[in-house]
Amino acid sequence: MAGHAAENHGPMAQFEIKRLVPLELFGYDISFTNASLFMVLALVLISGFLILAMSGRSLVPGRIQSIAESLYEFVAGIVRENLGEEGMRYFPWVFSIFIFILTLNMLGMIPGSFTVTSHIIVTFALAAMVWIVATLIGFARHGVGYLKLFVPDGVPLWLMPLIVPIEIVSYLIRPVSLSVRLFANMMAGHTMLKVFASFAVSLPVFAKVFPVLFTAAFTGLEFLVAFLQAFIFTVLTCIYLNDAVNMHH
Amino acid sequence: MIAALTVLAAELPGIATDVAEALDEHKSGGLPQLHQPDFGPQLFWLALTFVLLYVIMKRVALPRIGEVIEERKDRIQRDLAAAERLKGETEKALQAYEKALADARTNATSIARQTRDSLNAEVDKERKAVEDQLAKKLADAETSIGATKAKALASVKDIAGDTVVSIVGALTNLSVSKDELDRALTSGSDK
Repeated sequence: MAGHAAENHGPMAQFEIKRLVPLELFGYDISFTNASLFMVLALVLISGFLILAMSGRSLVPGRIQSIAESLYEFVAGIVRENLGEEGMRYFPWVFSIFIFILTLNMLGMIPGSFTVTSHIIVTFALAAMVWIVATLIGFARHGVGYLKLFVPDGVPLWLMPLIVPIEIVSYLIRPVSLSVRLFANMMAGHTMLKVFASFAVSLPVFAKVFPVLFTAAFTGLEFLVAFLQAFIFTVLTCIYLNDAVNMHH
Repeated sequence: MIAALTVLAAELPGIATDVAEALDEHKSGGLPQLHQPDFGPQLFWLALTFVLLYVIMKRVALPRIGEVIEERKDRIQRDLAAAERLKGETEKALQAYEKALADARTNATSIARQTRDSLNAEVDKERKAVEDQLAKKLADAETSIGATKAKALASVKDIAGDTVVSIVGALTNLSVSKDELDRALTSGSDK
């Protein structure tokens, strides 16, 4: 029975990509997969919710409108804090990143669903987008002067040969650290949940209470992680943007 | 409790095999996340959904929320400004009222003083007139008393003369002439 269960319900099985509608474009595989389904679901949910919430546009907001406004103010607060009022130009982009990751993380918390952000290719693509956009803005704003980012102020000259390569490497590693943080958190959490939930199946009846209790507690923690990782990704996006816009260290 | 833990301990090797088997299942293909043929569809759909999301957020959803929040902020600002203005007007009105009150009080005081002064003057004048009148009446009375007194005194001499003539006539049967009487009276009074 245990071997059987592993085949269908192994802790890693939840991360498998399943092609629901095989598609091809110019010879490339663009099949509609379970991951695609949840991305589209997130898109529809976010857009639908925000537009529906604001349909009243009342001066005194109701419950749903309050949620939409709180989300707006929350992300606007992060952007203002890190980038200043001028940084509100990038607000729609930062908001899209936050709400997309948050929704994908939260959808992944539904039992039996799929967690898009537990895939390194997705998180890496998002992180790479952040990194490329920030770097482009940096060079567009400051030209070659953007390279001064690698030469921190107030560092003695003899330390430069050490500091500058470290700064360059830490800059280049940003998309990797940004994407691995999100991906690893989501994958590890969901794997742990699955492993402990399967203990509840394989243990004898009177011992089942331990994995069940642990899974319940860990699910709560995972909700926190799901929010926290979306928040961290957003804050880091703003910090990288701030480097590009203001070149503050 | 202890029994449960013992069974749990006994089961642990079995669980370990389960997990190992579960992980083993995928050893052949590695982690599902590293299955490269899946990258293409993921990237395509990610790009499609994220770009659509960005456009919808930027063009539709966020401007609506921003507008409402902005409008509310404006409204509150306007209301606060109106309240401030009304407060200023109230204060002005209050000042005007207090000034009017003070003016009225000063006016009232001065009117009262004027009235009192004019009344006092009138009373003084009237009293003086009455006093003058009284003084004149008093003087008249004194004159008339003086005149009456003098007349009375004069009459006393006549009466005394008559009385003397009558008494003398009754006592002596002598008639006293008027000249004799006058002489007697005058000498008598001279003594």
